[in-house]
Amino acid sequence: MARTSNDLVVTTAEGLYCPVGDFHIDPWKPVPRAVITHGHGDHARAGMGCYYVVDAGLPILQWRLRDQDYRVHGHGERFVIGGATVSFHPAGHVLGSTQVRIEAGGETWVLSGDFKRDHDPTCPPFEVLKCDVFITEATFGLPVYRWPATAGVARDIVSWRQECEANGEAAILYCYALGKAQRVLAELAAHTDRPAWLHGAVDAGVQVYRNAGVAMLDTCRVADEPRGADFAGELVIAPPSAAGSPWVRRFNRAQQGFASGWMSIRGNRRRRNLDRGFVVSDHADWPALLRTVRETGATRVIATHGDSDALVRVLRDSGVDAGVFQTDYGEDD
Amino acid sequence: MRRFAALYERLDRSTGTGDKKTALVEYFRDAPAPDAAWALWLLAGGKVARTGARIATTGELRAWVAEASGNPDWLVEASHHAVGDLAETLALLLDEPLHPGPELGLADWIERRLMPIANADPNTRRDVVVSAWRSLCFRERLVFNKLLTGALRVGVSTGLVQKALADLSGLDIARIAQRMLGRWTPSADFLQGLLSPDEQAGDAALPYPFFLASPLEIDVQALGDIGDWLLEWKWDGIRLQLIRRGKDIALWSRGEERMDGRFPEIEAAAAMLPRDAVIDGELLAWQAESAAPLPFSALQTRIQRLKPGPKTLAAAPARVIAYDLLELDGADLRERPLAERRALLAGLLETNPHPLLRLSPEVSAHDWQQAATLREQARERGVEGLMLKRRASPYRHGRKRGDWWKWKVDPLTIDAVLVYAQSGSGRRSTLYTDYTFALWDGEALVPVAKAYSGLDDKEILRLDRWIRANTVQRFGPVRSVTAHHVFELGFEGVNASTRHKSGVAVRFPRILRWRTDKAAAEADRIETLRALAQ
Repeated sequence: MARTSNDLVVTTAEGLYCPVGDFHIDPWKPVPRAVITHGHGDHARAGMGCYYVVDAGLPILQWRLRDQDYRVHGHGERFVIGGATVSFHPAGHVLGSTQVRIEAGGETWVLSGDFKRDHDPTCPPFEVLKCDVFITEATFGLPVYRWPATAGVARDIVSWRQECEANGEAAILYCYALGKAQRVLAELAAHTDRPAWLHGAVDAGVQVYRNAGVAMLDTCRVADEPRGADFAGELVIAPPSAAGSPWVRRFNRAQQGFASGWMSIRGNRRRRNLDRGFVVSDHADWPALLRTVRETGATRVIATHGDSDALVRVLRDSGVDAGVFQTDYGEDD
Repeated sequence: MRRFAALYERLDRSTGTGDKKTALVEYFRDAPAPDAAWALWLLAGGKVARTGARIATTGELRAWVAEASGNPDWLVEASHHAVGDLAETLALLLDEPLHPGPELGLADWIERRLMPIANADPNTRRDVVVSAWRSLCFRERLVFNKLLTGALRVGVSTGLVQKALADLSGLDIARIAQRMLGRWTPSADFLQGLLSPDEQAGDAALPYPFFLASPLEIDVQALGDIGDWLLEWKWDGIRLQLIRRGKDIALWSRGEERMDGRFPEIEAAAAMLPRDAVIDGELLAWQAESAAPLPFSALQTRIQRLKPGPKTLAAAPARVIAYDLLELDGADLRERPLAERRALLAGLLETNPHPLLRLSPEVSAHDWQQAATLREQARERGVEGLMLKRRASPYRHGRKRGDWWKWKVDPLTIDAVLVYAQSGSGRRSTLYTDYTFALWDGEALVPVAKAYSGLDDKEILRLDRWIRANTVQRFGPVRSVTAHHVFELGFEGVNASTRHKSGVAVRFPRILRWRTDKAAAEADRIETLRALAQ
């Protein structure tokens, strides 16, 4: 997309950049001033001069990046960086995830960061902001991605654990360690009170969420049990990177499931040789992407990471000025 | 449809054949007969629409789903590209129904909704399909679309379906398989006949359950007087029953599969038998002038080939070595002693001798010592060892120990190096349990065999840990490992092969022991194995 002199956000080698405010947003290379949308590793990296973060996201940043020069603001609070007025607004992606609203020269731009529109008990819902230009994620940018209600999926997870129990197997559920695992634990709390067992990487994130006051299912740590302990009938939550690692060997008999938006396609589950896939996503599905663009009233839309081609073409066909920013963000869910 | 969709989902999820069979048994037990009959038809690879009867082309389905979901054609294409499976793409693109339609069974869906619109005008067909989409939930839509796009492809073989039906009905699987041969229509009547304990038309071509020998694990001397035993070579072919009952001729393999049409020369020979008979024997590939049969790999070229051409027939001509006579002129001989059955068999085959139907020669030995010596010659003769059968034995079924023993020659062995490992499937997917072994060819290691078994649980864990710590490279699910560990592999035979990089294919390789005493450099060379190839 052609860069024009008055664009509030442009791409640079370091990441998305706001020239009038002289700051970057979720940069992937070291810069003096970084505005951070959320704590996932592909959005919040070490090495920045200072970090503008929303208060709700600070504990995650501190856990991931330790001590840094943090400039903390509340949701909805307007503050100035250079010649731009900036504010944070909930994105509904994970705890402390935020959109970034930038206002300058009578124009308003909003960066969604990663976002979703579905209910999530661990974070406030996405706030629709009217804007001229909307920079949106597009991880699941095809109409085959349509999320089922999460409560139903949580019930499926509970009955899967029961099936495993009847077979004398552990139920290992892979979930991203920051966000997905905690959301699943929070959703499960409405359907069961049997504690879940956690891999160390997941446990660290759960502690951050508990300290932030998020209510979740009771949890125990797998590492606290002696080797050879029997986990038959237990729900075990582990990061996807644990699949195929020596860590999973301790569960003699186990079924393996994965909670992710990618699981809506059977081939993704079968390629990973998983017993079960549960469709739970922290990203907007296709209808939510279209609805959000519409609700912002933006006349210009720029898609960042994901399957953005289809989204851009659909928007252009409906008369919206749409384009793409190439970014280094991942597609984990 | 709900029940069939649930079956499909269970089959699609399960990774083990045991789970799949249980799911099938439960479905066939609980489903209404007309639905179960259609499910059987579909699982056995049948389609809803007969040839020439159009319900929906894939092009029409794409166009209709674009219209019904409000997506442009290109976006349907892009979605199909991302998903890979058309039936699944169609199901994913549609909304969940606000008010699901009333439950309609699989048979009703097919017979009352789909079949009546075959070859109707496009609008009529579209209206029925689209209104079905609007009334079915996701997993039902998926299966419904599978009915329209063709094969179910849910990882279930016809044999597994037949096993499930055999379990359910208590009938022999051969009877089920026999009754499913040829043309049949999926109906409640057909299913009732299929699972009926009563004699059905066509049962005349049925084999008897095979009697299988057990491996001899005791000292052969303990079998007592050698005079009580019939000794035969253990041929390495396909065990079969050859059935000639009037005009009905059938060839059945031990896997309860009919082999009709694959071995026309044997069927022709059976037609020449002077009397009706059921013969138990071994199918072998054997050149007329040769003293020994061709290796098993020659026979393999013919197993799947219907109506083999003259070239195939000349390259791997088949013959049957007859072991036993189970039925003569309709009389079941199985309770008679082996000696008597064999005498009748010899008489039958002598009456009108045919070069392709021969009596299995008796191996004569005056004591077990001499028998052991003869057994050592097995490999040169192209056989696997000796069969020891009690002359007084009836023809039992299954693997009953005591009367029939197989006394195989000790396996060939090589010491090979572990080079690749892959995790097992299903419940063993957390462990590296599938190994590839190699032999030295100059300075390089050439893979020669894959083996999945032969280690105990402790050894598997120990090796798994070592594999993870010594991975050199990953190729998808496969890891190459440092050439370090040596294993003694046993196998039944070696054949030259153009399909294998090593130039040889080993038969039934398995791990005999972990040679922790040997270094990788001390493993065998490929020349050793090639020299053993026939």
